[in-house]
Amino acid sequence: MKKAFLIGWKDLTLAFRDRAALIFMLAAPFALTLGMGLVTGRFSGNTGSTGVGDIPIVIIDQDGGQLAQTLVEVLQSEELSDLLEPSLGDDLAAAQAAIEADEIAAALVIPAGFTDSIIPHDGQTAPSETVQLALYSNPTRPTSVGVVRTILDGFLSQVEVNRVGAEVIITRLIATGRLQPQEAAGFAQTLAVENAAAGGQPSAISLNSVTASGEEVEFDILAILAPGMALMFLMFTASNGGRSLLIERNHGTLPRLLVSPTGTAQVLAGKTIGIYLTGVAQMLILILGTTLLFQVQWGNMAGVLLLVLASVFGAVGWGLFITAIARTPGQVAAVGSALMLTFGILGGTFINTNNMPAWYRWLTRITPNAWGVDGFTTLALGGRLADILEPLLALVVMGLVLFGVAMLLFNRRGLTQK
Amino acid sequence: MPAILEVKDLVKHYGDLVAVKGISFTIQEGEIFSLLGPNGAGKTTTISMLSTLYAPTSGDAVIGGHSISRQPMAVRNLIGVVPQDLALYEDLTARENLSFWGQMYGLSGKELSVRIDEVLEQIGLSDRAKQRVKTYSGGMKRRVNIGVGLLHKPRLLFMDEPTVGIDPQSRRAILDSVKELNRQGMTVLYTTHYMEEAEELSDRVGIIDHGGLIALGTQAELTKQVGEMETLILHIDENEDPERLAAAIRRVKGVKRADVSDHTVTVIVPEAEEALAPAVARANELGIKIRSVDMREPNLEAVFLHLTGRALRD
Repeated sequence: MKKAFLIGWKDLTLAFRDRAALIFMLAAPFALTLGMGLVTGRFSGNTGSTGVGDIPIVIIDQDGGQLAQTLVEVLQSEELSDLLEPSLGDDLAAAQAAIEADEIAAALVIPAGFTDSIIPHDGQTAPSETVQLALYSNPTRPTSVGVVRTILDGFLSQVEVNRVGAEVIITRLIATGRLQPQEAAGFAQTLAVENAAAGGQPSAISLNSVTASGEEVEFDILAILAPGMALMFLMFTASNGGRSLLIERNHGTLPRLLVSPTGTAQVLAGKTIGIYLTGVAQMLILILGTTLLFQVQWGNMAGVLLLVLASVFGAVGWGLFITAIARTPGQVAAVGSALMLTFGILGGTFINTNNMPAWYRWLTRITPNAWGVDGFTTLALGGRLADILEPLLALVVMGLVLFGVAMLLFNRRGLTQK
Repeated sequence: MPAILEVKDLVKHYGDLVAVKGISFTIQEGEIFSLLGPNGAGKTTTISMLSTLYAPTSGDAVIGGHSISRQPMAVRNLIGVVPQDLALYEDLTARENLSFWGQMYGLSGKELSVRIDEVLEQIGLSDRAKQRVKTYSGGMKRRVNIGVGLLHKPRLLFMDEPTVGIDPQSRRAILDSVKELNRQGMTVLYTTHYMEEAEELSDRVGIIDHGGLIALGTQAELTKQVGEMETLILHIDENEDPERLAAAIRRVKGVKRADVSDHTVTVIVPEAEEALAPAVARANELGIKIRSVDMREPNLEAVFLHLTGRALRD
């Protein structure tokens, strides 16, 4: 394994000494991100357009209580009208069918007892057992679902903050003798209703949302553009890394490696590690750079790191697959460039794929870009690690499958055969 | 001296093409053995099989007691390979290249550092070790290419045409370093299509042509095959017909054979000087202008010509 890491480290060193590669790996995505930011008005303070909008959702209110009504009002508010396209319904089966038919992005069910579980009944100071909201998601529209989930998270966080705040106030009032214990229940209900109404103010919940931990998240158009660019040029790094295997074969360094006491598996593992390390370094530099230069908020750092690792894994799978089917470095370069642009377009680097037809959105799923953009967008919108499990899993599976196929092809043809 | 390499009926096919046709030979420990043959004769394919890069179609070879087919990893630990084409990372420095390749051969720590310094000294690049290889001249790159093959002190060093395409000074340095390595006890298998290199370096020579080993022995043993014959080489103008001249010279008394290649007529005769005047006279009769003349005593070129009817450079 030591030799594999040495080969990988050597490839990382060579990649960062190649000026032409550096232009594609780092300069181009920075420049394009900057350009897209200028076009979208990011640098002139206009953050109105997020590229995500008119998300169709169905709300089924089975509760009818104060808090449920507030939530419905929030989702139908003017402030969210560009983002959401909510409609009220009462048939869960019909809503599920609409999701199945890809007519809506999600269905929100507010179950009976939701308000009562948070706002105490008469004679109670503590809420009854919590009743959870149910969000039925359309798996082909993860970004849209992520937006809806973030808005709901924000609403619930606000409600929770108010509930805890009310408890503290009542406890303090009783402790100081300003409120009699027998008056507490009535006071609590009044406070909860007022808080719920205040919490439901659209100004309190918007895309400038609040994470579960209470941290405010400023949504930024560059948080979608920057990952899109980074992921597109990650495909260049992956295919260029694969191409280096064929270049080494032509330049004689691969045969030389294979006549040293280094096994074929070690050489292949080393080349894979090299591409992987280069891709991870590229992504981290771009993330750090856009954070420092453009103040892009990428979101949960652990999630970002895991998503980088998974995205690079998926991209490396593609790089190795292209290399395994190509005969010459030129073929890898040509196919790699075509794939980089195609995946960039499909994956949402240039256009919002959420408003595209279902078959198109299904097609985007073969690209690491689409999964990566979904994950990064979710995180930028305040999503947590648990919210990006699906893209993480998809990217890892994609990488594993492509890596396996590439190894079979290399094994069949031999590393030194053209 | 025990044999460090025993080649037994080694064959390599590429589809319908037979690149190596069942060659067999042995190399004794401490020897410099040259495989001499024209381009495309099968020299590189033979080295590729012996160095375990390609599996033989049939036959086997044993290096230091290990079969190249069944124990390739053990073989790789015993051998060093200097490939015909440069096999270096041009964006790494000489020191970084040597360090990387040394680690691929299992060297590390102080041992690696000491060996890198020794090899840099040996190839005369200590003062430029921190410069990237891409800034070097062709000769310097060749020396690094050789240095990589020496790092782990192999018992048997394969050198595949290491002087192709370099200046005379670097070529001289490489030939001297091969002799020095051999003096230090290293066994060398050297392939070349330059007769002079094989003559200067080799204890024994194998002549290879069209994938087959057509002669094997010391220089003295090989030149005996052509008797005491000398070689007369006539270079003529490009627009002249060498076949007409060769046909005329074959009728000169004492001429054993006259062969044509490019714009050259090569004549095998007992005394080259005696044959020169009648050969020039034939050329004048035919109106063919001779540009220059070489005369050579019995050598490996003559042996190759004698065995194949072609000059080595064909």
